[in-house]
Amino acid sequence: MTTEQNYITDELRNAVGVESEPEVYEVEKGAINRFAEAIDDPNPLYRDEAAARSSRLGGIIAPPTFFRAMRAGPPRVRVESPLKRNLDGGSEWEFYEPVRPGDRIAVTQRLAGVVQRPGRLGPMVIMTRETRYVNQLGQLVAIQRSTGISY
Amino acid sequence: MAKVLYWEDVQEGMEVPTLVKHPTTQQLVKYAGASGDFYQIHYDTEFAKRNGLPGVIIHGALKNAFLAQLMTDWIGEYGALRKLSCQYRGMDVPGDALTCKGHVTKKYREGDRYLVDCDIWLENGKGERTTPGGATVQLPSRTAAPLP
Repeated sequence: MTTEQNYITDELRNAVGVESEPEVYEVEKGAINRFAEAIDDPNPLYRDEAAARSSRLGGIIAPPTFFRAMRAGPPRVRVESPLKRNLDGGSEWEFYEPVRPGDRIAVTQRLAGVVQRPGRLGPMVIMTRETRYVNQLGQLVAIQRSTGISY
Repeated sequence: MAKVLYWEDVQEGMEVPTLVKHPTTQQLVKYAGASGDFYQIHYDTEFAKRNGLPGVIIHGALKNAFLAQLMTDWIGEYGALRKLSCQYRGMDVPGDALTCKGHVTKKYREGDRYLVDCDIWLENGKGERTTPGGATVQLPSRTAAPLP
């Protein structure tokens, strides 16, 4: 039995918990429209100004996963996957406030955890990232926890 | 006037109305543009094959969006999606019909919030659950003020 190489470097371990710089994303109505069209969701709340205005929400809002169009600011410490091939393992979302055209969303991300496990194709390094989205009023609008698998 | 789904109308075990999606390669290109995810395995067949894939595959996040629509179509504008999760266990390819399904696992109150938990998943054309997940929604109650 061979000992598996440890791919979790000190650098990676020390990156856990360090929040990135924020990056501010300005929400444009056209970007919401294009996103709704791309996911093929005909919900009038995302596209129809008049229908959205007369709804409970009072105006156009973004689809729940529109946050995927936003990027976090650069990490304050290097977070580099030690293995070359990457897979998206999944996401967990918490939604608190709607996102509207004109919002300015500050996006930060931190590495929340990193573990190594044996996989079918050799060792896998599983990184959990937490991304926080805060609007111009200082309200936390959403949290995304995503799992990245490198192998 | 849109239909309202009240918390009182939901029972544990109840099914979420099924949503069928028909993603195409054109949709993957649109999603790449709209989301900024330009990983070539989603639109460059040769690149995907060089990486050991059968061809281009659907963005996990696009399947995530389909599962979000499953829930928002069901609850309508008077409810709110609070939590959504999914795991990408299997790859899905354009041209296949993808069916989003779910059922209610728990109905409960938390303070003044009327909540419902669901198991949800996405099935490929062979009926295999490639993308299991979960969701929590907040619904209006007949006995309480509507959601703000």
